[in-house]
Amino acid sequence: MESFVNRYRNLTILLLVIFAQFLLLAVQVKNDQDVRIIRVWTVTAVTPFARVVELLRGGSVGFFRNYILLHDEDAENRRLRQQVGQLKLENIFLKNELNTAERAKALGVFQARTPSKTLAATVIGTGAGSNAKVVYVDAGSTRGVERGMAVVTPDGIVGKVIAAYPTASEILLATDADFAAGVVSQDGGVRGTLKGQGTPLLKVDYVPIQEKVQVGQWFYTSGDDRIFPRGFPVGVVRSVRDAQPFKEILLDPVGLQRGLEDVLIITQGVHQDIPPTPVADQPVYIAPPPPDESKPAPPAAAGASPPITEADKLRQEYQDSGEAQGHKFGSGESGPPNFTGITTTLPKPLPQTPTPAAAVPAIAGPKPATGATTKTTDSTRHSNQANGEPTGSTQR
Amino acid sequence: MANSSGRMLLSQSDGPVSRFRAWVLIVIPLLAILFQVYVPLFFPILSFLEMPLLVVVYLSLTQRSQVGGLLTGALIGLAQDSLSKNPLGMFGICKTLVGYFAASVGVHFNVDNTVIRLFLSFLFYFFHQTLYWVMQRMLLAQQPPFDYQSWLLFGALNAVVGVFLFHFLDKLRAAV
Repeated sequence: MESFVNRYRNLTILLLVIFAQFLLLAVQVKNDQDVRIIRVWTVTAVTPFARVVELLRGGSVGFFRNYILLHDEDAENRRLRQQVGQLKLENIFLKNELNTAERAKALGVFQARTPSKTLAATVIGTGAGSNAKVVYVDAGSTRGVERGMAVVTPDGIVGKVIAAYPTASEILLATDADFAAGVVSQDGGVRGTLKGQGTPLLKVDYVPIQEKVQVGQWFYTSGDDRIFPRGFPVGVVRSVRDAQPFKEILLDPVGLQRGLEDVLIITQGVHQDIPPTPVADQPVYIAPPPPDESKPAPPAAAGASPPITEADKLRQEYQDSGEAQGHKFGSGESGPPNFTGITTTLPKPLPQTPTPAAAVPAIAGPKPATGATTKTTDSTRHSNQANGEPTGSTQR
Repeated sequence: MANSSGRMLLSQSDGPVSRFRAWVLIVIPLLAILFQVYVPLFFPILSFLEMPLLVVVYLSLTQRSQVGGLLTGALIGLAQDSLSKNPLGMFGICKTLVGYFAASVGVHFNVDNTVIRLFLSFLFYFFHQTLYWVMQRMLLAQQPPFDYQSWLLFGALNAVVGVFLFHFLDKLRAAV
């Protein structure tokens, strides 16, 4: 026996190692439990490196892009180059500051507006499997993250925490084939189960073929899964097909559209109402531009100021009409004048003086569109939102 | 395996002796895993690269020790498992076998030739993916697609990258 083992020493060790790993695998599959200690060791060993790399990248990418690559272009003039270089360095610094501030501001505004308690985190790595749709963030159990918590961005849902380690957490993205969540259509009429497919699109399953779903319709979290609070945007319907026994609905995920750098982990979820209009289509109030100070002010007429507002113009028209009929306003001597000949259309009501908080409809309770509203880019929306009054609690 | 000067004697054959410092044997797999975890985050197009696998193949080929190869594969595979969402042991078993077979090839053949390295990298990538697919079906009862066309393509790309990587690692080995 001993000679046999010696002769086949390598093969014996191979079989032992394979057998040990099979045993490890079997224990996990049978008990549906992880061998946590090995993962904790590895994640704790790797994430500090990933964090350092991310730190270096954040600081150096802008530098390399904006300074080193442009450095050779203005080699003709040494003095100018030095000046330009200095300005560029300052510019890079300011740009980085601005980018960081904008990202933080967008998250901060969202944190302030959402009633749920959230924790901001930065993505520091992806899962090691080539097909895995998982990422690691720099917030772990020491900061209060727990397995099963929902992960969102201001745009929509991202995924859920599947493991919380001391220094990092593992997030299963909504696009992973193992992901599932309860969703509801915007009008609340269609309920289904959101499933990842391992592709960029998501699938809404278990929707009977009798239900009416249209392309472009929005879906929100329903809150049924007890992971995602109700009312978070999930995606827009890309295609709908009748299949047996359920509809085949594919969604464009809105939370993952702009890449992942910073996310919010919902540590204490609060259900919200589903907004009546899609998040992206919600009108945003933009104040009229300030008067151009370079132009001279129009000369004021002696004794009476010219009509400026729509109300003034309207009042003027009614006054002219009354005077043309010989009516003396305020005397009470004649009957009421006939104003039916006035064909002026009433102006659309102007919005009330917007307070910053009311200027942008929140996800939970959007304000109806007004006449002076227009659609803006998200950056404008964020900048408007930045003036909003905080209503939720924030952590960072 | 280690001598008093802190260098690792890796070759057990009659061929030329290969030496690596101990820290290189730790740092290279760690860098490969970091690459796998971090780089696809910003360059998703590079997610096809299986750096840990290429490192296992290289270390096993140069070690020419079957035990060393299988242990290298097992450790790197388990580390990769720990950072994935699958149960521990999936990558571990695949890479253990890859390490063992690569070391067996290294014992019998001269693996310094570029064409042989290209072929072996491709072969082991395909073997790794196929074995992983089989284990997913048999052990985890999952239904992953048998996407052999992608595997062939990615195998070829990994093999090309592997040749350059091996060349770089050779320099690292010769420099110490």
